[in-house]
Amino acid sequence: MERPEADMKITKPLSYKPKKSFSKRLGEQKELIIITLPFLLLLLLFSYVPLWGWVMAFQNYKPALGVQHSDWVGLKNFAELFKDKDFYLSIRNTLGISTLKFVTGFTGSIGLAVLINEVRNARFKKAVQTISYLPHFVSWVVAASIVTSVLSPDDGIVNQILISLHFIKDPIAFMGIPGLFWGILAGSDLWKEIGWGTIIYLAAMTAIDSELYEAASIDGAGRIRKIFAITLPSIIPTIKILMILNVGWLLTANFEQVYLLKNSMVMDVAQTLEIYVYNLGIPLGRYSFATTAGIFTSVVSLILVLSCNRLSKLLDGESAF
Amino acid sequence: MKSKATREDIIFDTINYTLLIILMIVTLYPFLNTIAVSLNDSVDSIRGGIHIWPRKFTTINYSIILKNQAIYHAAFISSARAIIGALLNVTCSLVVGYALSRQEFVLRKLYSRIFVFSMYISAGLIPSYFLIMDLHLRNNFLVYILPGVVSAFNIMVVRSYIAGLPPSLIESAKIDGASELKIIFSIVMPLSVPVLATVILFVSVGQWNSWFDTMLYCSNANLSTLQFELQKVLQSSLALASTQSGQLAALKGANGAAAVTPNSLRAAMTIVAILPILAVYPYLQKYFVKGLTLGGVKG
Repeated sequence: MERPEADMKITKPLSYKPKKSFSKRLGEQKELIIITLPFLLLLLLFSYVPLWGWVMAFQNYKPALGVQHSDWVGLKNFAELFKDKDFYLSIRNTLGISTLKFVTGFTGSIGLAVLINEVRNARFKKAVQTISYLPHFVSWVVAASIVTSVLSPDDGIVNQILISLHFIKDPIAFMGIPGLFWGILAGSDLWKEIGWGTIIYLAAMTAIDSELYEAASIDGAGRIRKIFAITLPSIIPTIKILMILNVGWLLTANFEQVYLLKNSMVMDVAQTLEIYVYNLGIPLGRYSFATTAGIFTSVVSLILVLSCNRLSKLLDGESAF
Repeated sequence: MKSKATREDIIFDTINYTLLIILMIVTLYPFLNTIAVSLNDSVDSIRGGIHIWPRKFTTINYSIILKNQAIYHAAFISSARAIIGALLNVTCSLVVGYALSRQEFVLRKLYSRIFVFSMYISAGLIPSYFLIMDLHLRNNFLVYILPGVVSAFNIMVVRSYIAGLPPSLIESAKIDGASELKIIFSIVMPLSVPVLATVILFVSVGQWNSWFDTMLYCSNANLSTLQFELQKVLQSSLALASTQSGQLAALKGANGAAAVTPNSLRAAMTIVAILPILAVYPYLQKYFVKGLTLGGVKG
């Protein structure tokens, strides 16, 4: 009886399952394993090995003593964390900023995608898209530099416009006003990402059957009606998936952006969880405590992502995976 | 399909076009303004009123920036990490993406789980910081490269793309006895140019824009990156912008003739930091939407 080669999948008897042992297949696919090995090792090194660092949260870590010899303190750091007013302040700020960005981000990108989608002139459409994607590619250092200039009390354009329209008499130092800071974060994030965010919605919109629009025209629907009856409902699955993915990141509030735009006047509202962790760890050197806060953030984020995904699966069988 | 434009159409289109034009202006204005300020005489800039065109043209801001050794060197470091980082990352994405696309790869499920899971769990800043220290990567150029070689996301995107290639090409090469490496680089790679170009472009941009790793790990001025230099300049300006109006005292040039404000220098530096992005932007346009939607939406 002939045994067909297991890897000649072109002609395989339907009832036959290759009985090659695992180690034999390992041997045959040696080359693949060898060429991917370095990358697997790098991944393990930089993504998984640091997880061992989480034990620092259960110690009173001193760099001189290292992990081996630092005292164990059990959950004391966590208890201290949950008693820290600064910690709750950071959570408040992070959630406030993320929620605001969530609302402005989704409204902005979806709205803009709808508008772009309605443009008939191909060249104008291309121009709008090209220009709107540009801010996404510059670094936050550049973006923060631009935001600072634009809002500058010296010669920033915002002050100039407001003064020339007689809304205000003297220039305002916007970036130093705590009440405006979250808005500045959301607004600058919108400027930077609104165009980029439209890509996926526009891709979904081009997949809409044009017959739907024609049928709607025949029924007498106008432009606005068509948008609300056809365009928007068709991208709801996309929106749902993106929203779910986004909720998982609610506890991260773009460290780079906040770090670069914050200043001493707005620290109360600018300190996010990530900045809280950073400040504890690097300038202050409270490594154990910082690690504790970091673990909290990572674990809660993971729980958020997984639960949102499960929730959406329950709701209607669509998932982010 | 050109039907007769109704009145609603005309009103709608007018408002739409107006809004989009406003958007384009709001997006572009800051860039044009920065260019204008960078090309404008400092003392004149203080008077305000510069919009998108320099009033008193000068290139002195740029010559000061470009003559500065530190900035020159930083630009070199930024370029080096962009190129090297991108090449290594795309190689990893190609090789691992290919392996994961092979249904018969014996370790496929295991690898997939390991790579995907790494996208969801992050060890955090402090543990990573200690890892870098323990590996003696502080003040080492490799700290810019090694952590970024493997990107699980890029691997998945490339994997999706390769999985979409006709399997017969690879099968026939296997029957002919070609090694995996030969298949990857002679067959799969040429066919995957769009997605690989996308990965290269995105990683390059990410590397070029990095500054935080410089701040954390490289106190050595030799390893400073362009964005980090710009960030230093930004921080000193920011301290002023939030508290009071008024420029820093103008810095006199070496011969006392040219006075240059930090604002003008910052503008010039910003433009220098953006220029490579602008230069590759047409290519980004060409590849990214295609590559992104192929890998992402199809998933």
